[in-house]
Amino acid sequence: MNLRDFMVDRTASAPADGHATESLVRTTDGPSVALHGVTAGYGRRTALTDVDLTVEQGSLLAVIGPNGAGKSTLLKLIAGLIRPLSGQITVLGGPPGSAARSIAYLPQAEAVDWEFPVTVREVVTMGRYARLGFGRQPGPTDRERVLAALETVGMADAVDRQIGALSGGQRRRVFLARAIAADPELYLLDEPVTGVDARTQEDLMDVLEAEARAGKTVVATTHDLICAAQRFHQAALLNGRLIAQGSAELVLDEKLLSETYGGHVLVLPGGGERMVLDDAHHHDEAPGERHYHDESR
Amino acid sequence: MDPIAFLVDPMSYGFMQRGLIAALIVGVVCAVMGTFVVLKGLAFIGDAVSHAAFPGLVIAYIIGAPLYIGGAVAAVATALAIGLVTRRSRLRFDTSVGVLFAGTFAFGVMLFSTIEGYVADLLGYLLGNVLGIGVGDLIQVAILGAVVLAIVLAIRKELLFATFDPLGAAASGLPVARLEYLLLALLGVTIVVSIQAVGIIMVVAMLVTPAATAQLLVIRFGRMMAVGVALAAVSAVLGLYLSFYLNLASGASIVLVETVLFVIALVVGPKTGLLSRAARRAPLAPS
Repeated sequence: MNLRDFMVDRTASAPADGHATESLVRTTDGPSVALHGVTAGYGRRTALTDVDLTVEQGSLLAVIGPNGAGKSTLLKLIAGLIRPLSGQITVLGGPPGSAARSIAYLPQAEAVDWEFPVTVREVVTMGRYARLGFGRQPGPTDRERVLAALETVGMADAVDRQIGALSGGQRRRVFLARAIAADPELYLLDEPVTGVDARTQEDLMDVLEAEARAGKTVVATTHDLICAAQRFHQAALLNGRLIAQGSAELVLDEKLLSETYGGHVLVLPGGGERMVLDDAHHHDEAPGERHYHDESR
Repeated sequence: MDPIAFLVDPMSYGFMQRGLIAALIVGVVCAVMGTFVVLKGLAFIGDAVSHAAFPGLVIAYIIGAPLYIGGAVAAVATALAIGLVTRRSRLRFDTSVGVLFAGTFAFGVMLFSTIEGYVADLLGYLLGNVLGIGVGDLIQVAILGAVVLAIVLAIRKELLFATFDPLGAAASGLPVARLEYLLLALLGVTIVVSIQAVGIIMVVAMLVTPAATAQLLVIRFGRMMAVGVALAAVSAVLGLYLSFYLNLASGASIVLVETVLFVIALVVGPKTGLLSRAARRAPLAPS
């Protein structure tokens, strides 16, 4: 059985009449994000080739793949931070960047200067800036939103601390609060749960799940296959091209993962529940563990 | 000596009044811009742009145009060129800056060597002399300084977001690239305004030192800017009095006061102070 049969390709039916609205509730029908035949890269290096991807409104989608698979590139394309070399992208009914105020983008933790003199409150308030417009300073509504967002991620007690004084998990919580404070339709999160403790991971996924239930669309890259399998509704496997997209349960399949990770997938027999790991040290496996190699290579 | 007379006497001289006002304006504008220079890591660009102003000054001198205009055109053009080269070329950023930096300054020196006779005006720009500033120049400094301050304060929250998290800011719809070019252009103007006070060679200290000292002391962006401004103002006043009483070069005196304050903050500062670190370590010591 070819699991790619489960892939939903509704890209062709993406609405052409979609338009970005200023209102908080999106009124256009159709998918939140649609990529059609998208190729992208930096300089002479191609990071993504011929990607077709559709993300329905209210999705909680994990983008999975090894380092250099183009996961961050995919998010940057959707955010309008880079342009594709070819192909079409529709985001919230318009070209990328046209609905920027309705998008919250979370950069990778490594992309942030943690010595920067900003407090938690200042960082989360940045989420309000795009809505405020040039030259206008945050008002009472903005302050309320900021505090509410910090409550949501459990960081309300840390408002006046410098971000650099926080732990890795707390920093991710604060950045997610910034995204929430922006009140977006679409969350684009680059490694939101990488390098955080288990408790933070669960809390952040609870928040994202609630946002998806409220009709927001969440696209997050992750290295954590267990988290993707257990907490995300959908998954897209990426390795320079799209290997598969569909329900997380179906797509996180041994064969497809092997194809994505070039054969380096370790399958652990767990009591009834199968666990799949992105295995960086597959030569050190304990006896009894099965190491999968893709014969087609 | 009567302490009041000690403070008031120098101000009976017109050159000291003008010098103090100019030094305060330059110090404040540099500290505000310096906050971004320090946080964005633009110190080297600042140094390059100030050297690049030199050929502009020389050309303006040769063709008889106002020196400020010549310097400003060269400085802003270089600042924008650096921005463009950094964004577009595959060279490392410090490499492209180094090339432009030395090349433009050499061009200025070459032009300078073609001028016959001794040109005190132009040499003054290398080391600066805030006490030699005239009323006309002071008005120019005040107007340009006010323009830079007004623009930066009006869009400070956008500049903060774009500096702290360029990707997040761009994704939320802020024109990050344009903000960066604007910041570089303002940097060019700031540097030209400051050159008469402290000279081409030391402008970078005015930009970097107060803001760097402030970063050692506070954890908020707004306070870092405010503390930097306060430090720059104190340094301007102290430096000029030192210069007056000890007969020292004015620009160098201001920069040295700023440097001393930096060293003090480095040693006793609450955040990164060497003393407070030692104090934190002490209770853990076994003996």
